[in-house]
Order: sequence, then structure tokens, then C-alpha cells
Amino acid sequence: MSRPGFVLEVDDRTPPLVVHEGEGFRLEHFPLGTRVIYPPESLPAVPDVDAAIQHALLNPEGADPLPALLRPGMRLTIAFDDLSLPLPPMRRPDIRQRVIEAVLSMAADAGVDDVELIAANALHRRMTAAEIRHIVGERVFRSFFDQGLLYNHDAEDHENLTHVGLTDNGEDVEINRRAAESDLLVYVNVNLVSMDGGHKSVPIGLASYKSLRHHHNAKTMVASHSFMDHERSHLHHSAWRMGRLLSDHLKIFQIETTLNNDVFPAPYDFLTKREWEWSIKDQASMLAARRGLAIAPPRVRHKMFHDLRAPYGLTGIHAGETEAVHDKTIAAVHRQQLVEVQGQSDVLVMGIPFLGPYNVNSTMNPILATCMGLGYFFNSYRGQPVVRRGGAVILYHPVKPDFNQLHHPSYVDFYDEVLAESTDPAVVEEKFEQQYALDPWYIHLYRTSHAYHGVHPFYMWYWAAHAMDHVDDVIWVGADRKAVQRLGFRAASTLTDALEMASGTVGPDPTISYLHSPPHLIADVH
Amino acid sequence: MMLALEMFRSLPRHLAGKAAGRRMPGVLSGYAAPLRLVSIEQPQIAKPGWARLRTRLSGICGSDLGALSGRTSLYFSGLVSMPMVPGHEVVAELLDHCEDLSAGTRVIVDPILTCAARGVAPCDSCHEGATNRCDRVTVGHIAPGLQTGFCADTGGGWGEVLSAHRSQMYAVPVAFSDEQAVLVEPLACAVHTALRARATQNARTLVSGAGLVGLMTTLALRQLTDAGEITVVAKHPHQRELALAFGATDVVSPRQALRGVRRATGAFHVQPEHSRPFLLGGVDVAVDAVGSRGSLETAMHATRAGGRVVLSGMPATADFSAAWFRELELVGSYGSAKREPVAGGRPAFDIATELIAAGAVDEVAKSVVSYPLHRWREALDHAHSAGRLGATKVAFDPRSNR
Repeated sequence: MSRPGFVLEVDDRTPPLVVHEGEGFRLEHFPLGTRVIYPPESLPAVPDVDAAIQHALLNPEGADPLPALLRPGMRLTIAFDDLSLPLPPMRRPDIRQRVIEAVLSMAADAGVDDVELIAANALHRRMTAAEIRHIVGERVFRSFFDQGLLYNHDAEDHENLTHVGLTDNGEDVEINRRAAESDLLVYVNVNLVSMDGGHKSVPIGLASYKSLRHHHNAKTMVASHSFMDHERSHLHHSAWRMGRLLSDHLKIFQIETTLNNDVFPAPYDFLTKREWEWSIKDQASMLAARRGLAIAPPRVRHKMFHDLRAPYGLTGIHAGETEAVHDKTIAAVHRQQLVEVQGQSDVLVMGIPFLGPYNVNSTMNPILATCMGLGYFFNSYRGQPVVRRGGAVILYHPVKPDFNQLHHPSYVDFYDEVLAESTDPAVVEEKFEQQYALDPWYIHLYRTSHAYHGVHPFYMWYWAAHAMDHVDDVIWVGADRKAVQRLGFRAASTLTDALEMASGTVGPDPTISYLHSPPHLIADVH
Repeated sequence: MMLALEMFRSLPRHLAGKAAGRRMPGVLSGYAAPLRLVSIEQPQIAKPGWARLRTRLSGICGSDLGALSGRTSLYFSGLVSMPMVPGHEVVAELLDHCEDLSAGTRVIVDPILTCAARGVAPCDSCHEGATNRCDRVTVGHIAPGLQTGFCADTGGGWGEVLSAHRSQMYAVPVAFSDEQAVLVEPLACAVHTALRARATQNARTLVSGAGLVGLMTTLALRQLTDAGEITVVAKHPHQRELALAFGATDVVSPRQALRGVRRATGAFHVQPEHSRPFLLGGVDVAVDAVGSRGSLETAMHATRAGGRVVLSGMPATADFSAAWFRELELVGSYGSAKREPVAGGRPAFDIATELIAAGAVDEVAKSVVSYPLHRWREALDHAHSAGRLGATKVAFDPRSNR
């Protein structure tokens, strides 16, 4: 029986606690009285994954069983989440592979010939063949990739986009033409966090910039409280309107999977345990990891982390009508991640790990680090933020101004040009977004290389808009000072210094909460 | 007799300056400069139209520093005469009556030594008013020298007294300070550069360099042409502010120059092997206002096919592949003309004077730093590091003893 998440209050007996900081971690002594929010322990995995998949496909929510939707001569499209999920990438076989194989098997039994598979990468970078192979598995890859039937979605291929219509709010719904014109669109999702899935899958994953700009903007993000709670997220409200419009035009069979908290494989699994419960073996692993990381050259350290493959276990799979499925999915995600927290605090401390959705096999640049901290982690709440309005956020990350030129070319310009002028999400949106979104060079790189779309760094900055609006002070511990200044924040050498700096905002004796993540958690703040 | 800084022929110092002058300006202003403070006879040219002037201020120009550090091409060795007193940005007062100008009149000097000054029949260029293209700069009744400050007979602004011909003189408006007046010559050059750029309506323009030349060129482009967006490449924060004040739309650092232009124009970026990146596409017009290899290549690499690159700084050796492949129009810009054809035949000096009278460069004029001649080492040090130290113009004031 796995134990639920809980809130620890730091006292004299509390050992130093793990804090992630990029490609490394530290053991930090927190001030007495600090609330440490621990995620629930990993839920037991479904023992027979294939049986669970079959059951979900044959007993869907609010829809006919999948075999009943398949017929010879039909156009079947299978879309699936890209490499931004899960994090870290899943140990083989990826859950998407197993689901896709099951769907293809049923399609073959039904005599469906016209099948295409599309990675729903929206404005994310095109995945390499190896990355696609990792997700769909060798068999599917070999059967479809070379034939051109397994490919990345291209949001700039205007001939292969279909404008389905406008929502009641005047939002353009434009998605991949093959998907829009299919007799059946099967979407295979990995619901790592509660933000994922539902109508965020098809209307966003297969959309164009024209469609995405309606909800990926500063105003929407500031008003999403939080975007991890789809019922209170303006981003999701927009996506839901789009999804409902799409449902009127297109038969969608949504398959959503949820994973447990087995994020780190051995010997790094001590990172998912509570520090005072570390065994001798865990302590030895921790020491070895610290020593190794201390002496490892940056490239080796990068490889050590980015080669990690998570031994995730499946906690649930639901299929059928999107909203019915998503309700069940969210319940499963909450079972694994929800932690009850009483009241807000003055200061929220978060350690930013080495990986986010947009630096898989890549570099976490300062913009992505900001997105991770002030975007994903800050928004990991339900009800109200862990930190009070006007409070302070303290983040741990080196924030080196290192950029991957292949994956993030527009990020470099965003950092040098846009942030030099303003760090206000609304200002940068108004002044620069269109320029970057329509830049032919970025579009060329997005379409033909492996670059995120030119507008992508803006979206990352918008993710952080709610946090920037909510708190008065953001301080990075152990970060590159110049880079942090460019981001519009402050840098401190130690937690003590950071608290001293924050005292001007929150006073000399603030209440502090530390979000002990990863594994991921959602603070249910009352 | 008078005090003057004299540049003389010295192969060892020339080589030492060339080897170390750029990286170690201290070496240059210390022992490697072929320059000395001397007491010499006042220059006097007993020919019609010539008169003596007492220097009030004389600027230190990039071309002066280039000559002292041996960076100037030997091409120019046939166009100067040694020993010479440098200084071609001059505001001075007449010591003698000169035709319609009486002694004591404050004048600025157009340094180009044209046919009129040399007492020879006008060449074709001078005849047309393109005095900066004079073909007779090596003949006539004064020694060879393309400008005052590069001629052994005329002296230059880095001495207490120099000689100038009436055709070179413009009376300084009474309201002008010396600091404003000393900026007229560099601004006239910038006016000429801007007119040479022939920027059409809304032309996207790049000015590579934000020293005085680059800043003045930015100002002239904004004031005198229909150029659209002007991107300026600036190293230092105060240059950035001035560039924006002078009309730049955008300012980028040298490291970001190509990326900035690429962003602004939607050009495509190419990274060749073991070479500098370049753009396919880019600005319509680029001005190299530095004269270094890096700046010139930036200008060429950032200009669209068929665009124009104006060489305003004294050019360095560079990779001209882009000029060939992109069919760039390379346009030189030297000094300024008596009659600027694009400006209705007016002298660039008059246009520059008007711009200064309108207060366009007041901020720069306030920041002019002057040194007495005996502190020439400090002055050269300061001029070498002007950008870093927040200065835009360093000048000599031979009247000063401080």
C-alpha cells in the first residue's frame, strides 16, 4: 500500500533535504518550521498492461467499442503525444507503443488499410526517427515510417491543414488535414500531469499557430488558476470550446493513460524516497551520485541525466469519448499526485530538475528553466497557489545562458533581443510575437530541421505569466547572475541569502513551503 | 616657432604599432607611436588664398589612430608627405586676413587639399564640385597630401598653428561652441556617406559601428534620407543610447549583429565551414563605419543580394566573396564634397552646420574631451578606448596648458 503525500514541518531532527538544481541536486538545510510538501508514494502499477488496454478499448467511456468503429475502406488516423511526455522518457516499451499496437491489431482485424500515424507535436520540434521509434516501437516504426505513413505533424504545412470553423468565441479551429478528414481519429495520450489530455490533445497537439494563439497568450495564462486545473484554466476553457466544435465534425476516440511516480530508475531511485528513510544503500547511491556529479565534466553529467529512462508503471487507461475519458483520467492523476495543503505561505521554494517538456535530449536554457519553475511547478496547485499573492518564490537552478542552436534557435534571439527590451509577457507578446511567429527562417527550421517553432519561447514565457503576476519577488539560488538579471529576476548564492533578499518583500520571518518535486505533485491548497 | 605633435617616418615604430597597436594601445601611445612633441617653425604658404590659423580644438579621428598604429594601407603612403602634423578635424581662428575673412574669424576647415588650394587648374572632379575626388592631391605648390593633417607643408590641427586655403574655410556661426564646431567636419563626412548610401524610401539600413562616424551617419541617414528601419551595431551602452537618440530603430551588439538583422528582415542564415556566418537576404543598405575586417564583413554578410555596402571607415582587407556572390554594390565614401549632387549641389559642410545648429548633436558636443598637446599620450590612450570610457570625441586644445 503506497502512502499518500504529506506535509512535513522541518524540525531539529529533519535531515538535509534533496533539492534539484538542473543536472545535479543538493542537500539543503531548511529553516525550522518550513513546510515540505512531499508527493504521494508511487501507486502500484496495473499488473497486466495488455489486458488493461484491451479492456479499455473494448469497454470505452461514452462510445462504442473500438472494433465497432472500424470498417474496411475507412480512413483511420492515430495521433499520439510527442517526446515532451512523459518525463523522463519511459523505459521501453513506451505505453504509447503498446496502445498503438493494440489499435493497429484491431484495425487489421477489421480490414482497415488506410492508416496513418501522426506525432501531435504542434509547434514543438520535429522528432528524429530514433525518437519516434522509441515511442511507437520497432514494429510500428518499420511498418509505417519509411512508407511516409508515420510522421510529425507540420503546423506550417498550410496545404495540409483544415480550418474546421470558429468557436462561439470566434476562435479559429485549424488542425491537421489528414486528421480532420479521417473517418476516425484515435488519439493516444500520456497524462503525466493534470494539464495534459482531454480536449488539450487534438485541438492543441494537431493545431496550427493560427489556432493556438487564441489560448497560448499572456492574458489567458494569467487568468488560468491554474492550468493544472482544467476547470479553472482559461487555456483549457478555450481548448474545450475547440474540442467540442471538433467533435461535431470529426469522430475522435480518445485513449488516455496515467502513470505512477516511478520517475527515477535505480540507482537514482533514492530521489523518490523520503530522506530520513534512506537505507544504507540509498545513502551510498546518493554519495556516489554526488561525488560523481561533482567531478564529471558537463557533457558527461548531461549524458548521465539525459540517458535516464523512467521505469513508469501504468496506473490506468481509459478510452472513448474525450470528456468522459478525461474525467476518469484526472481522477487517476489526482490519486497519484494530489497532496492536501492547509493555507498559503509567504515563500515558495522549488528545485528545478534537469528536464522539462522542451529539453528532452537537449539543453534547459534560462527561458525553459523559468517555464519549469514559474510555469509548471508554480501552477502545480488546485484551489489557490501555495504562495500567497505578493509573496516570494525561490528557485534552484544554474540558469546558464546555454542554448541548443539546433532545437532552440529562436530562444537565443528571444533571450538577446526580446528580454533585453522587456520581460513583461503582455509587452513582449504585443511587440514581438508576430515577428517571431511569422519569421520565415524559424518556420523553415521548424519544418525541415528539429527546431521549436519561432513563437515557442513566447509560449514558455506566457506559462510563467500567472506566477509573475502573483508574486512580488523571484530569486534564483546558485544561478548565473547576468542571466537571471536578463530574465528580470534576482540571484542569490544560498538559501539564507535568498531569504534575506526576500525579507524586503515578505518580512524577516516568513512562512516557507518547499515543493519536494519531482516526482510530480499537485498541492490541493485549502 | 610653435609646439606641435609631429608624425615622422620610423620603420621600427611603424612595425611595432602595427603588431601591437590594436591590442595594446598603451604600447602605441607609449613608445611605439611614430609621433613626438616638437617645437617647429609655423607652417606658412606664401601663395594666394592661404592664411595661418591658430588651432582652438582638433579632434582625434579613427584614421589618425590608424595611421599611428600602422593599420592604414600603404596605398596611402603615396598620398602623404612626412614629417607631418596630424589633425584634420579643426576649429581655429584666423591669424591673418584671408580674402573676405578677417583675422580673428573662427573657422572650421574642410581638410581636403583640392586643385584650388594647390594652385592648379581644376581637375574634372573639382570642376564638378566633387572636391573629395580631386585627382591632383600630389601636385601643385604644396607637398603631396590628401588632406590637411597629412601634408608636410600645411601643418595640422595637432599643432598650435596651421595653414589653410580660403577654399577650405567655413566661418563658424557665432552661437556655436568650439565643441560643436569641431564636430562639423565628421558630420559633413557622415552627410556625404548618407547621401552616398542612396537609401530609397523605407530602405532597411545597417550601420556597423557606433563610434562618432557611425553615430553621425545614423543621424544623417535619419535626417536626410527616407531610410526605414536603421539597425546600428554598438558595443557600449552609451553608444546604444546615442544611436537610438540619433534615429536608430534598433541597436544590436556586434555579437548579435547578424542575428539581429536576420530577425528584422526574415533572412535565412548560413553557417559555412570554418568561416563567418552570412545571410541570404538582409538589409538594403549597409554602412561600414569602422573599417575593420569584422565590421566590413558584417556589413557585406548582412546585405541582401543586389544591395549596397558603403565603405565609410578606411577599409581593411576582408573576404569579398559576398560582394561577388550577392552582387553587392560597394560604394566608397571619402570626406565630403563642395557640391553634393544628391543634396541639390550644396556643400556637405553647410548641411552639417545646419544639423548642428538645430541641436542634433548637442549631447555629443557636451561630451567632447580635450587635452593639451603635452598630454598627447593620455589623449591617444583615451581616444583608443573612447567607446569603453564613454567618450565620443577626444580632441587636442593646443592653447591649454592643463
